[in-house]
Amino acid sequence: MSEPLSEIYDDHIMDHFESPYHKGHLASPTCSHSDRNPICGDQVTVELLVDEHDRVKEAYFDGKGCAISQSAASILCEAIEGKSIEELKDFQAQDMLDLLKVRLTASRQKCGLLSFKVLKTMLYSLDQLREPPSSG
Amino acid sequence: MSAQPSSPFDVEAVRRDFPILQQRLAGDMPLVYLDTAATSQKPRSVIAKVVECYEQYNSNVHRGIHQLGDRMTTELEEAREKVQRFIGANEVDEIVFTSGTTMSMNLVAHGWARKFLKPGDEILLNPMEHHANLVPWQLAASATGAELRYLPLTNDGRLDLSTLDELLTHRTKLVAVTAMSNVLGTINPIEILAQRAHDVGALICVDGAQSVPHAPTDVRSPNIDFLAFSGHKLYGPTGIGVLYARRELLEAMDPFLAGGHMIREVFLDSSTWADVPAKFEAGTCPFIEAVGLGAAIDYVNQIGLPNIMQQEHALSVKAHEQLAAVTGVSIYGPAVEHKGAILSFTVEGVHPHDLSDLLDRRGVAIRAGHHCTMPLHELLNLTATARASFAFYNTTAEVDALVEAVIAARKTFRLKP
Ligand SMILES: Cc1ncc(COP(=O)(O)O)c(C=O)c1O
Repeated sequence: MSEPLSEIYDDHIMDHFESPYHKGHLASPTCSHSDRNPICGDQVTVELLVDEHDRVKEAYFDGKGCAISQSAASILCEAIEGKSIEELKDFQAQDMLDLLKVRLTASRQKCGLLSFKVLKTMLYSLDQLREPPSSG
Repeated sequence: MSAQPSSPFDVEAVRRDFPILQQRLAGDMPLVYLDTAATSQKPRSVIAKVVECYEQYNSNVHRGIHQLGDRMTTELEEAREKVQRFIGANEVDEIVFTSGTTMSMNLVAHGWARKFLKPGDEILLNPMEHHANLVPWQLAASATGAELRYLPLTNDGRLDLSTLDELLTHRTKLVAVTAMSNVLGTINPIEILAQRAHDVGALICVDGAQSVPHAPTDVRSPNIDFLAFSGHKLYGPTGIGVLYARRELLEAMDPFLAGGHMIREVFLDSSTWADVPAKFEAGTCPFIEAVGLGAAIDYVNQIGLPNIMQQEHALSVKAHEQLAAVTGVSIYGPAVEHKGAILSFTVEGVHPHDLSDLLDRRGVAIRAGHHCTMPLHELLNLTATARASFAFYNTTAEVDALVEAVIAARKTFRLKP
């Protein structure tokens, strides 16, 4: 056990924590969803404005919690603007972790993936909204 | 081999008794273990005793008539006697082995509360309690129609006794209280509470999870009706704990878990119960863990609780002084003289999880979160705190390491010194 742990509070993470991208709320979001990490209380809301071509025009987040969960939400918002809903459906947890660029231990991955989880749940409910399951 | 601590207390000798403290963590960092309130480290004598059991006489207790079974049973019952002496119980039969504080509390909530509480009866709690001394009473109250009342806390995190007369009345049947808060560190006035509870005919159930390992306990003075504690916080194994209750109470209570060993006779449609404590020890008890707990008590006695208290208090005072001097640090709970060696704090601008992660990178292990006290954190208006807790095997250099790591964490977070 003599390998040092890799640094996770690097400039990339700390820059996003200090000056988050699109932290706040949209006037009239197309969709929004919140979740919290029950163990540590981290909380994140993500709001999307989706245009007529099914592309994310704007993404905002709000939340409270550790630097990893909050920076990740900021990084996520920056990364998904301009992407189509279809593209976002292919966006995987590993892609999110790659965006963070730091190696998270298992316990911190929950923080790093909270906003990703919020996004995925939101996309799922967006689908449900648009294609109500055929009855019968 | 155990240390023979000469007086004055020799922390370096004591540390050599704890194999885990010798290791190096990632990056060749020495381990600075400041999370004893979550679970304590184990001296070599405890580990050796457990290994001895497994290697030499492991066999089920109270069962086989053979040499191994005899030896194992004798060891188990000796451990029970060690617990009895350690907490000053009148009789060895008043010591019930459980899996830990949580199970002990549930045992009282089922065996006693569900049997004896009626609608209109009250249980007096307070918001600093660990979930283990809160949720079992919520369930018992909803099962019986009894009500929960809460003694408020003072601003500095002590029980506000000014409301005691109002809240502790003839309706109160039980006062459930921790002897030492696992977050605030508050040492509660068990003597006063026991007296006042008994004055109105109520019983007192004491959560000794944090107090028993760090301060002398005598269940006869003050007069304690129920006492629960865990082996793993008392330098012993996991999976073993204790419920002490006076014999009359144990005899009057219903069994909790049912099965083998807790019965006297079993018929197809009914059963009768074994004598206490067997009545509450259904199934195969964690007998090797119990023997390990006995070895842990021997170890504590050898070091001496007065030495333990003195060393831990000195570390706590130093940590309080030094951390309080760091910009942005808030420390929760009463003044250090009213506390056990537990220090919960926050650093403005650094979330407790980030803090504990950054400290861990320097080998400093603390705990971050709500520490199983959500109502207390709600009261403090926080979702989480960082907690450093000390044991007699910690050193003043480790306190310095904690403080330096907190200062460095602020720097990583680009906060002004
Ligand atoms: C004050 C207090 N009560 C109860 C418990 C529960 O102990 P255990 O998890 O060993 O049952 C703890 C430990 O977490 C504690 O600190």
